Amino acid sequence: MKPLHMVPDDVNIPFLKVRKLFYIFSLSMVIVSGVLFFTKGLNFGIDFRGGILLEIKTEGPADVTALRNNLGSLGLGDVAIQQFGEPDDVLIQLQRQDGDEKAQMAALETVTKALGDGVSIRRSELVGPKVGSELKEAGLFSVLISLALIMIYIWLRFEWQFAVASVVALLHDVIITVGLFVVSGIQFDLATLAAILTVGGYSINDTVVVFDRIREFMRKYRKMDLPELLDLSINTTLSRTVMTSFTTLLALIALFLFGGEAIRGFTFALIFGILIGTYSSICVASPLLIVFKLRRKIPEGEESKTEEANAL
Amino acid sequence: MLYFTKWKAALVLLVCALGVIYAAPNFLPKGTFPTEASWMPGKQISLGLDLRGGSHMLLEVGVDSVIRERYDSLTENMRDALREARIRYRGLRGSADGASVTIVNDDDVEKARSLIAKLDPQTVVGGDGNHIMVTYNEKTRREMVDRAISQSLEVVRRRVDELGTTEPSIQRQGEDRIVVQVPGLNDPSRLRDILGRTAKMNFHLINESKTPQQARETGIPPGAVIMPGADDASAGAPQEYLVDRRVVVSGDNLIDSQPTFNDGRPVVSFRFDAAGGARFGDVTSKNTGRRLAIVLDGKVISAPRINEPIMGGSGIITGQFSVQEANDLSLLLRAGALPAPMKILEERSIGPGLGQDSIESGEIASVLGMVFVVVFMAISYGLFGIFANIALMINLILILAVMSILQATLTLPGIAGIVLTVGMAVDANVLIFERIREERKIGRSIISSIDAGYRSAMSTILDANITTLIAALVLFSFGSGPIKGFAVTLAIGIITSMFAAIWVTRLIVAYWVKYRRPTELVL
Repeated sequence: MKPLHMVPDDVNIPFLKVRKLFYIFSLSMVIVSGVLFFTKGLNFGIDFRGGILLEIKTEGPADVTALRNNLGSLGLGDVAIQQFGEPDDVLIQLQRQDGDEKAQMAALETVTKALGDGVSIRRSELVGPKVGSELKEAGLFSVLISLALIMIYIWLRFEWQFAVASVVALLHDVIITVGLFVVSGIQFDLATLAAILTVGGYSINDTVVVFDRIREFMRKYRKMDLPELLDLSINTTLSRTVMTSFTTLLALIALFLFGGEAIRGFTFALIFGILIGTYSSICVASPLLIVFKLRRKIPEGEESKTEEANAL
Repeated sequence: MLYFTKWKAALVLLVCALGVIYAAPNFLPKGTFPTEASWMPGKQISLGLDLRGGSHMLLEVGVDSVIRERYDSLTENMRDALREARIRYRGLRGSADGASVTIVNDDDVEKARSLIAKLDPQTVVGGDGNHIMVTYNEKTRREMVDRAISQSLEVVRRRVDELGTTEPSIQRQGEDRIVVQVPGLNDPSRLRDILGRTAKMNFHLINESKTPQQARETGIPPGAVIMPGADDASAGAPQEYLVDRRVVVSGDNLIDSQPTFNDGRPVVSFRFDAAGGARFGDVTSKNTGRRLAIVLDGKVISAPRINEPIMGGSGIITGQFSVQEANDLSLLLRAGALPAPMKILEERSIGPGLGQDSIESGEIASVLGMVFVVVFMAISYGLFGIFANIALMINLILILAVMSILQATLTLPGIAGIVLTVGMAVDANVLIFERIREERKIGRSIISSIDAGYRSAMSTILDANITTLIAALVLFSFGSGPIKGFAVTLAIGIITSMFAAIWVTRLIVAYWVKYRRPTELVL
């Protein structure tokens, strides 16, 4: 049986020709995401906002209206009630209560009491205001730190243009993924943040593979135009890019469909992020090298080494 | 690249074999192996609270109040010293930041400073002019905090142990926080009740010169204070008591406490140590006929009249208790008081049912994800795809083995990390196989293509994985609970997948080439 090649062997797509289109598309996505982020804002989960979350199972199908009336009258501010999964699965979320940690505790006890014995509480989470804001800070900090570390690593391994281009592409992925969360209104919690950082790692991974090839070809084909060389690099690695993205997506789709409600938002972020990460490493990161005026400057000493590489 | 020395091949096989041995206990019933030696196989991966159900609480110890107490007592000593030396002062007070006083006469300032400095060698005497500010030096402050935290840890441990759950974990986090994790607890509110209370019990005499009502109107007598009652108003007990500020017997001397019944009502018995018993006997014989208030965390539980001296060093506390409350109170008294009040900053509880559901859906998702990837790899790369799939299995076994050895905790996001690794693990092999395809296309021989494929893919694999590893490590160091679980499996998965993809498939391919001598490469 002949193995299936997802990408034809002699693929030659002129990505660089339409790079202006990619720029326009990416830039507008980033801008829209940015604007939405500052106007509409993220739907932060209790991890960052502080508050209370309860996952309950009612006896028989849940009567959401009755629950809403019951809990709404407790005077605890906004109560979000949402049915999910099975008809008797309900998610209850309370906003952060005014006052300190004790006030949150009291609210949790009030709600638990109001729910009565008929429902079983499958999960309860309470995040005090202090922890919430700490998590937010730590989250932002970790995104910035990992961006910086990745940039340093790429800079050490390649020329600076590669480092900047890869981080720009990475930021592009992160911003657009965050934008998706703003648009969809899906809750943004700790797990989502983890997903976004993973997307970052994945996207960089993808980009590095293409960059590696560009570096190799730059030594090999010294007379080739940069756009042509970039196209050749992208096309020769295209099969791998598609294969890896596809296998990863396969695994993630299994997780999305069968992994349960608790990690659905998380896998959703990963799936979208991997799609956008694949796009960006092909259509954003490599063309950016032209923008940053990547030039071949091979010091005299390396001349012979390159010849050797060619000879292999 | 295709040549393996014998010992190198043996090493790769040894690692795989060790992986199988260390991962195996996870598929056998618990306790199949003795688990004394830490390096011996037989340990299982421990499941996180989100998978087996349980409660997680992040508590903050109010260290400020401990420091405040120290400054208060320092203030008392300063008062005595200044009085004895007949130095006039005003504004003597203690706070969490230090003890301060203002000396009235300029001439006394020097003398006052040296007197105060002598009180406690660990203090720093500052302030300017007539104003003197005394603070503990940083080392002492740190010691106070450390002591308060370690005492709190001890008390929390005793209290949680009383709940009778298995394997609770109680750890310090950061400067003044404690993380409590209790697996398999059905009712988090019980834990909340037990941890949320300081449980400082003291005995005070009731001041009977006035009723609390009168005291409010005409002024509180010196040395007395109004304390609220512990019971709800509905119970019919008085709401306030006027008590002497002085602690006549402290709860620190308690050695035992049990819930019991008196006239059919739940009560709590207590017993003092020898010193406490003697002191209790002394107080009760000198104050027979007066009322003794039993004060818990600043609230009066009850104030029985002392009918006769109590010499045995034991007694009972009556109050408006339910059976559960009597149980809890005796538990708290047995476990001892916290040195400082604690606040619950974060609480996450998962019921056992949900945990079980998560395990099941995690299993289904992992298996399906695997099947998808395995089938797809076989379709795409034929025989080489099967080689990669063998490496993938070994990779999974190695992840389980490493997690068992490190005793890492598997959480739901951790399962997601493994599934993601399954998808990404094939990447290294994809890189290599694609490279081999390319080399073949240029017209190289089979062996030289395979060789070149491994050689040139290597640096790419390293670069690509190291960047992902960076992200995983950052996640690990900044993340809290659930994120950490994800980062652990992701990081382990990256490392094992590199081993599996580079060494294991290369070994398989090397032997395949050696013994089959392929004439065509179907890839």
